[in-house]
Amino acid sequence: MARFILPFVIFMILAIFLFVGLGLNPHEVPSPLVGKPAPAFSLPQLHEPDKQFSLQDMKGKVWLFNVWASWCTACEQEHPLFMELSRRNLVPLYGMDYKDKREDGMAWLQQHGNPYTLVVSDAEGRVGIDYGVYGVPETYLIDKQGVIRYKHIGAVTERDLSEKILPLVKELQAK
Amino acid sequence: MRYLLIALLCLLPVFAHAGEATDMAADPVLEKRMIGLAENLRCLVCQNESLASSHSGLAEDLRREVREQMQKGLSDQEIIDYLVSRYGDFVLFDPPVKKTTLVLWYGPFVLLLVGVGVLIYQLRKRKSLIAETELSAEETQRAAELLNETAELPNQPKDSQA
Repeated sequence: MARFILPFVIFMILAIFLFVGLGLNPHEVPSPLVGKPAPAFSLPQLHEPDKQFSLQDMKGKVWLFNVWASWCTACEQEHPLFMELSRRNLVPLYGMDYKDKREDGMAWLQQHGNPYTLVVSDAEGRVGIDYGVYGVPETYLIDKQGVIRYKHIGAVTERDLSEKILPLVKELQAK
Repeated sequence: MRYLLIALLCLLPVFAHAGEATDMAADPVLEKRMIGLAENLRCLVCQNESLASSHSGLAEDLRREVREQMQKGLSDQEIIDYLVSRYGDFVLFDPPVKKTTLVLWYGPFVLLLVGVGVLIYQLRKRKSLIAETELSAEETQRAAELLNETAELPNQPKDSQA
């Protein structure tokens, strides 16, 4: 009987590791940018392409930066939540239309509603690379000093918003 | 007519060509350097593909980025550092040796040592077990009889290959 105990213990340890592994999402790559200054950019606005919007414009504010696109289906999932967020006026939400045609992006906002204070257009995805974007949607929380405090990969859920993002927003706004 | 068609169909694989995903190969030397670098980088969308072989939009953008940085005169290491600062160590197929990856790099050797240790321990134990068993007088006699029997058998070829 005793000779089976050791293999059994080893088996159980392996099983626990594998079970935990099942629950992990391999697409959630931890971002090295969290805790670092947000990469500077200056991009044309989606609705007024002659006007530029840059990171400096947001100095001194805590804000959410959401990367989306009209071709992105998961963006439709989180979209109602952002509409609600913009109604509640808790934190400014800025959008970046990523690798998208300008007309498509605007049509999408027309159809679904526009929760963003302002949207910039990153048609070629260059700023996306600077921000380490590899899947849309992605959402960044940037603090008053322009440091990325949190990065969310994939559609934001109600739980993410109420348990992680909004408490962090409150904490950063109080600073 | 039918044979001609068959012959033509046989030629078809000549045109089937599977290669690295290509776009814009203006300068072949630079392109080669870019592909060489991209082969060691992971495509983040299709994670088991390299940046060189992936057809995803992001991989194309990243190849363009690498190409442009090379044109600017940045070294391979500087480009890798840039990508790691954006996407993390995950973009590298060879993760660097550091505190968090020690288990990854040296774990297998530790396991090997443990395995060898267990093997040696077991073999020694077995050896000592074998040494302890001695034949009784009766068994010795029976063994001798059996050995004699085989030795005296006639028609036993000395060499089985004969």
